[in-house]
Amino acid sequence: MQYWRKPLDADRIQIPHGEIHIVRDRCKGCGFCVEYCPKDVLELSSQFNIKGYHPPEAVNADACVHCQLCELLCPEFAIFVTLKEEEQTVEG
Amino acid sequence: MKKNAGNVPEHPMENLLRMDRIPHIWCSTCGIGTAVSCFIQALQNFDYPLDKIAVVSGIGCSGRIAGYIKLDSFHTTHGRAIPFATGLKLANPELKVIVFSGDGDLVSIGGNHLIHAARRNMDITVFCVNNFIYAMTGGQCAPTTPTDANSSTSPYGNFDHPFNIPLLVGSCGATYVARWTALHIRRLTRSMQEALEKPGFSFVEIIAPCSTLYARRNRLGTGLDLMKFYHDNSVIQHGAPLESLDIQFQKKIIVGKFIDKKRPTFLEAWDQYLGKKLGDKFISAEKGIRAA
Ligand code: SF4
Repeated sequence: MQYWRKPLDADRIQIPHGEIHIVRDRCKGCGFCVEYCPKDVLELSSQFNIKGYHPPEAVNADACVHCQLCELLCPEFAIFVTLKEEEQTVEG
Repeated sequence: MKKNAGNVPEHPMENLLRMDRIPHIWCSTCGIGTAVSCFIQALQNFDYPLDKIAVVSGIGCSGRIAGYIKLDSFHTTHGRAIPFATGLKLANPELKVIVFSGDGDLVSIGGNHLIHAARRNMDITVFCVNNFIYAMTGGQCAPTTPTDANSSTSPYGNFDHPFNIPLLVGSCGATYVARWTALHIRRLTRSMQEALEKPGFSFVEIIAPCSTLYARRNRLGTGLDLMKFYHDNSVIQHGAPLESLDIQFQKKIIVGKFIDKKRPTFLEAWDQYLGKKLGDKFISAEKGIRAA
């Protein structure tokens, strides 16, 4: 990430990482998560799910910062994020 | 990772959803699902015993909400969600009663119930999904359809003037009035939580896209295009004068928290007034309800 001015506490801040879980067959391909992910982690996949929609896939999974925006925005309860284990053990 | 019956990872909201009914019926890019997701998040943040919360809906696309929430919930007849909720609250004042329904149900067919519940300051929380149209019945013109918008009963555009819902409930005496769009997920969740915590008649209007009828009939693209429209055209203005909150077709939408005040609720007013008038003969509302 690029900052205009480096925050004074930047060296002390631990950026969390999330693990994305997608319930593919529940998705109706609305694309809300793809559009509004602030880190552009998601993209609609070219494959179909059981209902004939294109569910998202995490093309840039490492960039996820566990903001959980997609989880709250998803109208289908089809995507959610958990905090990556190793991050929880790192001292802040 | 916890898996559920279908061997898919368990979503953290599943404890409050009737999973046997999911996937729900709402169209792709409809905004109602997002409003429900925010509601569940608000419920999870809200510190109240879940067996003391009831959700009531009326009829329509948004009227299906109560059926998907795994709490005591009821799907009432058209427009009658508020009177049903009023009865629930008065019969059991310990309950937290939430009405979650659409504009066609609450403001149009149940409009009279809405204004009187606000006037009496009935201690219930109302969430109104406003998608500007009667969606489930085929996109007829509603009293919330903006002037100029096309609907199946206004094929040349609507010549009528729509309701300004925050002004309507605010002028009737609601103690909490806010409006957000389905895109303001964090603010909407916080607002829902505030409304749940607020004693008296609290009201949150949620502007949400109807992709299949409103967006399609008006050639506005999909629900995602409407979300982008909200992103570019909504203005947050807390405490904005209620008269300024009119919604015009595809013009800027003012959102925010407009009213947050204190006023005796229906049961408090009952106790205060009759306690003074009746002296020794007075039985408090709560005691009277317990005895009955
Ligand atoms: S008809 Fe409109 S309001 Fe109803 S589910 Fe479809 S998009 Fe949503």
